[in-house]
Amino acid sequence: MNNYSYIALIPLLPLATFLMLGLFGRKYFKTFSGTIGTASLLASTVLSLYTAYNYFFIDGKVNGVFQKIIALKYTWLQFSPNVSIDMGIILDPISVMMIVVVTFVSLMVHIFSLGYMKGEERFATYYAFLSLFTFSMLGLVLSSNIFQIYMFWELVGVSSFLLIGYYFEKPSAVAAAKKAFIVTRFADLGFLIGILILAFYSGTLDFGVLIERLTSTQSSQYISITSASFLGASILTWGLTLVFIGGAGKSAMFPLHIWLPDAMEGPTPVSALIHAATMVVAGVYLVARLFPVFSIDVTALQIVTYVGAFSALLAAIIACTQTDIKRVLAYSTMSQIGYMMFALGVSKYGGENGLGYMASMFHLFTHAFFKSLLFLGAGAVIHLVHSNEMKDMGGLRKLMPITHITFLIACLAIAGIPPFAGFFSKEEILLAAYHSNYFVYGIAVFTSGLTAFYMFRLYYSIFWSREADVHDAHHGEGTFSMKLPLIILGVCALVAGFVPIASLITSDGAALETHVDIKFSALPVILAVLGIAMATFLYKTKSDRASNVAEGFGGLYTAAYKKFYIDEIYLFITKKIIFNLIGRPAAWIDKNIVDGFMNLLATTTGKISELIKGFQSGKVQNYALYFFGGILGLAVLFIYLWK
Amino acid sequence: MNASVIIFYLISAFILTAGILAVTTRKIFRSAIWLLFSLIGIAALYFWMQMEFIAAVQIIVYVGGIVVLIIFSIFLTQKSGDEMPKPLKSRTIFATLAVVFGFAFTYNLISEYGFTSLNAQPLEVKVSDIGTQMLSTTEHGFVLPFEVVSILLLAAMIGCIVIAIKVKQQEK
Amino acid sequence: MNEISITQILFVSTALFFIGMYGLFTRRNMITMLMAIELILNSVNINFVAFNKYLYPGKLDGVFFTIFVITIAAAEAAVAIAIIINLYRSHHSIDVDDASELKY
Repeated sequence: MNNYSYIALIPLLPLATFLMLGLFGRKYFKTFSGTIGTASLLASTVLSLYTAYNYFFIDGKVNGVFQKIIALKYTWLQFSPNVSIDMGIILDPISVMMIVVVTFVSLMVHIFSLGYMKGEERFATYYAFLSLFTFSMLGLVLSSNIFQIYMFWELVGVSSFLLIGYYFEKPSAVAAAKKAFIVTRFADLGFLIGILILAFYSGTLDFGVLIERLTSTQSSQYISITSASFLGASILTWGLTLVFIGGAGKSAMFPLHIWLPDAMEGPTPVSALIHAATMVVAGVYLVARLFPVFSIDVTALQIVTYVGAFSALLAAIIACTQTDIKRVLAYSTMSQIGYMMFALGVSKYGGENGLGYMASMFHLFTHAFFKSLLFLGAGAVIHLVHSNEMKDMGGLRKLMPITHITFLIACLAIAGIPPFAGFFSKEEILLAAYHSNYFVYGIAVFTSGLTAFYMFRLYYSIFWSREADVHDAHHGEGTFSMKLPLIILGVCALVAGFVPIASLITSDGAALETHVDIKFSALPVILAVLGIAMATFLYKTKSDRASNVAEGFGGLYTAAYKKFYIDEIYLFITKKIIFNLIGRPAAWIDKNIVDGFMNLLATTTGKISELIKGFQSGKVQNYALYFFGGILGLAVLFIYLWK
Repeated sequence: MNASVIIFYLISAFILTAGILAVTTRKIFRSAIWLLFSLIGIAALYFWMQMEFIAAVQIIVYVGGIVVLIIFSIFLTQKSGDEMPKPLKSRTIFATLAVVFGFAFTYNLISEYGFTSLNAQPLEVKVSDIGTQMLSTTEHGFVLPFEVVSILLLAAMIGCIVIAIKVKQQEK
Repeated sequence: MNEISITQILFVSTALFFIGMYGLFTRRNMITMLMAIELILNSVNINFVAFNKYLYPGKLDGVFFTIFVITIAAAEAAVAIAIIINLYRSHHSIDVDDASELKY
């Protein structure tokens, strides 16, 4: 068994970078901070790749099953002899995959930002925040203990807040940062209650022990948690659903998705890192981490499935109407994460039945590459035309050839066209859905058609549609540091599908046999090609065909354009109901009753003291009288009463 | 009923009456005179107790010194013919109450105590005895307090002068 | 003398003591307060002499105490008059209620 204790360096290097750049970057390093951040992250990436190589190909396997290895463990808080919070690092297939994905995408974003954020005044702060985020995300995926994951969960939320609100002079950015933090924090309330329930019934906070106790049907913890019930559902369902709510908040599932489109106010590389490839998959990762427990509770799995499927469909519909390119990509992210969620939901644990789990993780892996590529490409476009709206773009394929090619590769990947990466992972997901739930399968297939449609709508609007304005090209495509990540990610989007994830990452650790079933995948590919064709027809050249179709849909189109009014409903509930019914009375009680009581104490003391101060009149004879009275009193007391 | 008993009662009544009048009268000069009479009564009491020396000291120091001093200061500070203002009603009531209660309490304690009263022999206190004992350094000698009191008198004299001295105004 | 017990003399001195206290509490003029203090001191002297005569006829301690008390009373009266005169110069009145600067 290898000694994996160097794993601790992988999150600690970005932490050290954060501290250094955060404290000293602004004054001493300035533009050199970018190089420092990138260098430290390069080191982390190399270490992650080395760990992955060691774990997957050298000694992670015992008897053909990948082991969960606790690389480091340190007892932090001991609540009782049985329950303690230990800080530890766990290595199992999904965590190793995640550290590779997180460090790699983060490295690409760091390199891209060297060119994109050049000239920013707060350059060092930006890189400090990026390092903080990377540290938090790495800590999250390496956590061996459910409380530790919660701590890093919150840290990720904070880093996201800092990065979304990076342009804090813009009120919309500040509002978006607050919204993201508040919505995810609200979801984390459910997460915390879920943690407490699970910890209470299983008597431990450690993932391995918790899973073992709650899945073995003979153990006392399992019996107690499934026999206790609350409002008709067993406590296990409640615990898992609450944990899932926390995950749904971070992963922007319906109805907690409202923060994701607004989070596009942050700089585009940030969106690539956080809201495409890493933070938003934290929810999926959490469900995957607790998957053995989820798999024994049918109700919780069904909730996961339907929430995921519905979010995927809803997001795809909305994405077809949006005109801000980053928002299209945001809704696309929500849709793809919905895919990952319902893939987990339709899966079962162990062997062939664990196909959904493997498919979900595979899709996570490939999605990270092509989605971050899409965002970085969008970033390059925005850098050129200084606008996010589709109407300000068009015909850019001649001005930005490298961006054009890589963006096209990513669109083909996300649409699921072979042999690009997305095809393989989507096919596995659809296969898993087909084997368990036809309804979900139908939604998934329809959504994949929609996905192809809106992605190519986006592609044509940016790169075709009309001839480019010459004055758009005032500073060319971008520096080399902006092109290099695009090229690297483009290559990954091409070949990531061929990585044999099925033999590496499965629900129980044993390898899974997969192959491409041509008859089965014909249907989704045909639908995708149809979607692309429709998009080409409507959007390749500028015409009225698109707006005619939109009018044809009428009310449905307007509703989708307005994101189905979900934001307005939330505002109504919070402002009219919560603020007025709960907030204002609470404030009134605080000001008048609580403060009033304190003020009453103070005024009473003041009045009593006014009364008492008359005793100090300055008149000697009064003092003499008091003195004598006191002596008399004491004398009577001692002589007569204290016999 | 002995003659001495009657004399004692007369002297006591005289002392107490003079004392009460001294503290209640409104005119200040009369108050000083009542005090004078009270002190003379106390000297008579000492004579009755056959402590002639003390009586003599009392008359010389108290009557001839302190009362005269008080009368001088009355003249220095105000018109002695005027009436003094009455004290506050509440103060008189409380003071009376306190004093009466205190007196009852104290006298109760005293009468309950039961002094083993020896039959007092007529005691001869010779002045020469007083003198030798005051200045003797052996046991029961009072030479140390004597010296301390003399220093205290010196300090008091200097203190009075320092407190009451008028600082001459520098005329520009 | 044989029939007057010590308790009766103590009655006189106690009464005089409390008469002096009444004067101390009630009088507004500082000089009259001083006079009341003198009454108190004298009552104490009577006590000393009575105890000496009735309880310890062989010794002379009470006499000495009385002499010293008289001496000190004289010194104290002198200092008190000096203070009163000083106070009169600054306040132009010897009403004790006018010297209440140490109030709240």
